[in-house]
Amino acid sequence: MSKEPNILDPLEVAETWCSDGRKVALATVIETWGSAPRPIGSHLVIDEEGNFQGSVSGGCVEGAVIAEAMEIIDSGTPKILEFGVADETAWRVGLSCGGRIRVYVERIDG
Amino acid sequence: MKSSTLQAINAARAARRAAVVVTDLSDGASEVFLEGASFPPEWDNLIVEALRSGRAGVAAVEGRSLFVNVHLPPPRIVAIGAVHISQALAELAAVAGFDMTIIDPRTAFATAERFGAIELLAEWPEDILPSRPLDRYTALAALTHDPKIDDYPIRAALEAGCFYVGALGSRKTHAARVERLEQAGVPADAIGRIKAPIGLNIGAASPAEIAIAILAEIIESLRRRDPSGREGGAK
Repeated sequence: MSKEPNILDPLEVAETWCSDGRKVALATVIETWGSAPRPIGSHLVIDEEGNFQGSVSGGCVEGAVIAEAMEIIDSGTPKILEFGVADETAWRVGLSCGGRIRVYVERIDG
Repeated sequence: MKSSTLQAINAARAARRAAVVVTDLSDGASEVFLEGASFPPEWDNLIVEALRSGRAGVAAVEGRSLFVNVHLPPPRIVAIGAVHISQALAELAAVAGFDMTIIDPRTAFATAERFGAIELLAEWPEDILPSRPLDRYTALAALTHDPKIDDYPIRAALEAGCFYVGALGSRKTHAARVERLEQAGVPADAIGRIKAPIGLNIGAASPAEIAIAILAEIIESLRRRDPSGREGGAK
């Protein structure tokens, strides 16, 4: 197998980053309602410097997820984030397509 | 998630094995289960259904909130024979999201002009398959009518547990094929898994229509397969 990870494959990227000694968080879409840009199970991987690969939406909420992920990399405590047009943060990072999603963010340990 | 869990998921995907990851959303503890293994009884239904449908989701089990994620290898079609039906099947396979490979040792058939960008291997199946093994997420369609070319990959596909094994030919052609496979020692239940005449019975007549009937039968076999591994690749 090649050592070069496929950048379209967040889980491959996550493993490579971990083995390079980087601190890594993994975000996963766990629930969707209405129209959602990425299906349940989609991944976004983030390192402690805010580098990322993959997606949990069509680019609408990744910024917010990355910011939360940096805190989760520090604390180690997983968190569930929810985004949608009904959300009070909708004007900032809501989904333009009108759906709602929940994203589970966890640190990769050891 | 532990990095060892991540490595187990990636190893399964690299080996083209289906994997289910169950995460307890209250504490983040997660476990990986591979297709064909035995699953904890309280999670068996969840895991089997995830493998069958390929769909991830949240479930409540015994008061715990679980996220069940599923990683299935991408399905692919291997067609034996660079024939007219394969040309139509190659176009349809791309639309339906299948990777496709065509194997035919007859270089007059296996030309880029006839097949464009589709992966085309002008080799004997027995020479090329050992280095590119068939697996449970592969559908094999034997389309040459020629026992010298078709019989070996049919046997290899049955042994590999391919989720679909179809063979072109009339009932008479297939009866002769069954006889050859029996004489070669292939078990009767394995021979019974061969779809022949190939394709759903929709009265298909033209090569393109036959390709549609084959692709529909492949999709049916993929979506209705037994994911426990207890029955080989297909029902």
